[in-house]
Amino acid sequence: MASYSTNEFKGGLKIMLDGDPYAIVENEFVKPGKGQAFNRTKVRNLKTGRVIERTFKSGDSVEAADVMDVEMQYLYNDGEFWYFMHPESFEQIGADANCVGDNAKWLKEQDMCSITLWNGVPLSMSPPNFVEMEIVETDPGLKGDTSSGGNKPATLETGAIVRVPLFVQQGERIKVDTRTGEYVSRVK
Amino acid sequence: MPVWQPTATLAMLRRRADWLAAIRGYFAGRGVMEVETPMLSRAANTDPALSSFQTRYHGPDGGTLYLHTSPEFAMKRLLAAGSGDIYALGRVFRDGEAGRHHNPEFTLLEWYRVGWDHHALMDEVAALVQVLLPGRGALERLDYRTAFRTHLGVENVHRADVAALKAVAADLDILPLPGLGDDDLDGWRDLLLSFFIIPQLGVDGRITFLHHYPASQAALARLRDDRGDAVAERFELFLDGVELANGFHELTDAAEQARRFQADNRARRRLGLTELPVDRRLLAALAAGMPACSGVALGLDRLLMVATGAASIDEVLAFPVTRA
Repeated sequence: MASYSTNEFKGGLKIMLDGDPYAIVENEFVKPGKGQAFNRTKVRNLKTGRVIERTFKSGDSVEAADVMDVEMQYLYNDGEFWYFMHPESFEQIGADANCVGDNAKWLKEQDMCSITLWNGVPLSMSPPNFVEMEIVETDPGLKGDTSSGGNKPATLETGAIVRVPLFVQQGERIKVDTRTGEYVSRVK
Repeated sequence: MPVWQPTATLAMLRRRADWLAAIRGYFAGRGVMEVETPMLSRAANTDPALSSFQTRYHGPDGGTLYLHTSPEFAMKRLLAAGSGDIYALGRVFRDGEAGRHHNPEFTLLEWYRVGWDHHALMDEVAALVQVLLPGRGALERLDYRTAFRTHLGVENVHRADVAALKAVAADLDILPLPGLGDDDLDGWRDLLLSFFIIPQLGVDGRITFLHHYPASQAALARLRDDRGDAVAERFELFLDGVELANGFHELTDAAEQARRFQADNRARRRLGLTELPVDRRLLAALAAGMPACSGVALGLDRLLMVATGAASIDEVLAFPVTRA
């Protein structure tokens, strides 16, 4: 089984702890001039996203996590799983709600997403940073209405709701930053 | 930033150059002679906590040479040869050490004062620190036992066993730590010291010396009795929670030094590390007679970090190992 020595620790390295896959977020080498060295790390649980601190005796080995990121195309959702396809091998995988989470609202068929696989099983999914979607519902929005701070809610084709400027109308396509959930621009 | 460029600013490198000149001026004014010692040595530092780089020498009587982890052994041979007070200023090498406070090669200032004890040398270390960091505040001495009592509530660390130290660590939420064994008393002491005491030392502008370490951590220091416990006449310097120097009232007994080298190699074997050739020339020098003295090694890069508020050692080095 592959393993890493603490000497190889650096941000991004994927390791197994207590049966779960983790990514190293921060690694600090702590060593008295005469004495035992330690690695004080912050690690993120790749299943839950939770960040914890963990200390290791330097020189110890930790099991490597078989985790990799692959670009896959989103196909469809059957109510239980979201299906993605590898663009070259055409291999398909189904990701459950634990994996897709809140990002489901940014998934549009044909879009390329980044899927994190652990032992070949989808662990998490990142949609494209920017998606283009049609507004299916929004109030007309009156010019001069400043009570809403110059914007209004708009429902997109996937059900996602974003705040858009008053001049943006139902039926228009807009570009959204999925990392912040914010409107970027109209798409002609 | 393009990778050919230095990671330190030119202003930082100027400060470093000014310090090197100030240090040489300081010692010249006090009659301490600068010496140069070999960076390549036939013998290695056997300390199990240190890892030496090694290389091959292909000349006559070629073979493995080790890059020095400090100039200590060679300087002690000079002391035995009658050099009197000496200092060395230069790069030393420690394999596997990289991080915010570590680079595998760094600048060490090491000096020896003949006839001085470790308390007198602590005073001089503080005086030099005040030359380099003008206005740095009061000198504070804290013994190892008191530090554990004050900061962690351990009444007498010299008699606390692994179970007791482990219980303290558990309360401080740093476990699990499966690699640290129940037979590694010094490892547990180091853990608590490194994470829960050292960050509190030398804060609020103080110059703090921690001294009288457990006898098992004496390294090359003499032992003494302290209220019924054997302790080492060893000290370390801390500013802003950063370890900066290590000093000893030096062991001069050749037989005892030989025993400590052998104990190091036994520990190395137990830890699965390579046993290393001990420095027989140092042992011969001690046998011939080294004067009573105290010595200290000060990490200049880290002191420069403290002086300038640098967050990483890379900020004070022209080219850290990642750009070497």
